[in-house]
Amino acid sequence: MAKLLAVTIIVIAIASAVPIVMHTWVAPVDISTHGPLIDQQMSETMAEAGISFLAAQLILAIFIWKFSGRSKDAKIERFPGGSMGLVLAAFLLVGTEVLALGAFGTKAWAKVYFTAPAADSMPIQVQAGQFAFYFRYPGPDGKFGPLHPDKIDEANQNFFGLDPANDPDSKDDIVTAEMAIPVNKEIHLLMHSKDLGHSFYVRELRVQQDFVPGLDLSLHFTANKIGKYEIVCTQLCGLGHYNMRAYLEVMSQSDFDSWLKQQAANQ
Amino acid sequence: MKTGFRYKFAALFTAGLLLYVGIAILGRRVSAAPPTGASVTGTIKLDGTPPHERPIDMSKEPSCAKIHENNPVRTESVVVGPNGGLQNVVVYVSEGLSGNEPASTEVQSWDQKGCQYIPHVMGLDVNQHFKVVNSDQTSHNIHPQPKNNSEWNKSQPPGSQPFDMAWTNPEVAIPVKCNIHPWMHGYMVVVKGPYGVSDNNGDFKVSGLAPGNYTLTAWQETYGTQTQKVTVTVGKPATVNFTFKAK
Repeated sequence: MAKLLAVTIIVIAIASAVPIVMHTWVAPVDISTHGPLIDQQMSETMAEAGISFLAAQLILAIFIWKFSGRSKDAKIERFPGGSMGLVLAAFLLVGTEVLALGAFGTKAWAKVYFTAPAADSMPIQVQAGQFAFYFRYPGPDGKFGPLHPDKIDEANQNFFGLDPANDPDSKDDIVTAEMAIPVNKEIHLLMHSKDLGHSFYVRELRVQQDFVPGLDLSLHFTANKIGKYEIVCTQLCGLGHYNMRAYLEVMSQSDFDSWLKQQAANQ
Repeated sequence: MKTGFRYKFAALFTAGLLLYVGIAILGRRVSAAPPTGASVTGTIKLDGTPPHERPIDMSKEPSCAKIHENNPVRTESVVVGPNGGLQNVVVYVSEGLSGNEPASTEVQSWDQKGCQYIPHVMGLDVNQHFKVVNSDQTSHNIHPQPKNNSEWNKSQPPGSQPFDMAWTNPEVAIPVKCNIHPWMHGYMVVVKGPYGVSDNNGDFKVSGLAPGNYTLTAWQETYGTQTQKVTVTVGKPATVNFTFKAK
């Protein structure tokens, strides 16, 4: 019976590894320049965790197989060096593994968070609020006008609380419900929440960043494939959370220019 | 002998009761309200250029965006008809009501269609019922924000049954928003007595008034209120026109 258990464990372990080794479920297409690093990190983590998992299952199965037939009076063998040695060995092994993953992962992380966006990157502000995203482009002057939360008036499409009558910088700001960006152009995303915690997630862009109320967060990325993708909120934010999304459209520069002109006319 | 008396008593009692009910009904007839067949009509105009109404981007809700694909929806803070008439203005009696005006009993409908409120502005008598309908393929969460009535909000998944509501206190006006779609906005204007809401030509009619002197108030969501005095007589409807000045 115990030998059957050992065999079952091996079968389950191998069966669950097969689809991963065979790449049965492929990751969604990557449209960002930093994406390959993240994908590489994911597969390294998967390989490392997978090998550890298979090894652990194999050892477990061997032990069950080997010691299942023992008599009740058999002496319990001790691990060489006692339990202290065992704990230390496990601690060092797992610790090194986690540290190594972290060290290799810094590349992917730092590329997004520890480097400043290029000077010619395009700033776009994104505001998350129950239950929609709204985007703001600075317009020809390249400046965002100040925000006045008391002026937020959703009935009149003033989602950000702009006061173009009194703030010259706000006059040419363009507010949209969809996020269009030119392909191969670095985007500097300035994020804030209107109410509570939300998240900005575009799986194809390999970007997922929480909005934290009260914090102005920023990240930067470059999309290199034209197409339409979904921006979803991945932080449970209330009853309409399931429906909180917007679309990201990666366009050619000329398409983007005419799109932005159209949006400016709609303000 | 005793049984006969009982029958007699029952007969007399019933006759008395009938007589009493009859007198009560007749009495009511006698002291009934004065005729309330008079009415006020008029037109609301806008003087000046209406503010720019922004198009509403509903791309977040594809089922609604599709409905408006060829005819983009704009905000409705000032809606001017082809003849310069101002739509969505509620006209009601702010002074001079006798209290005998018939209550509005028609059940109004507040529809959520294409991620818009239809109508955008709804007039209501106190305690007049209205149905909240969801005609969309998406969930809505209607959230009126009154100050003199109790606040509520209700979710309505697509295909759910309409529900019935009413307001118990007069309130001009209750803003209504959708907790799921930030661009959805409307107003419910709850008044005591008869009211009228202007149509796309700016025309309105307030009926069910008794002859007398009244003060009429016209309310517009962006421009606020205006009042005028009017004398109403039986037969010909009185005419009152309002003109709002564009800011």
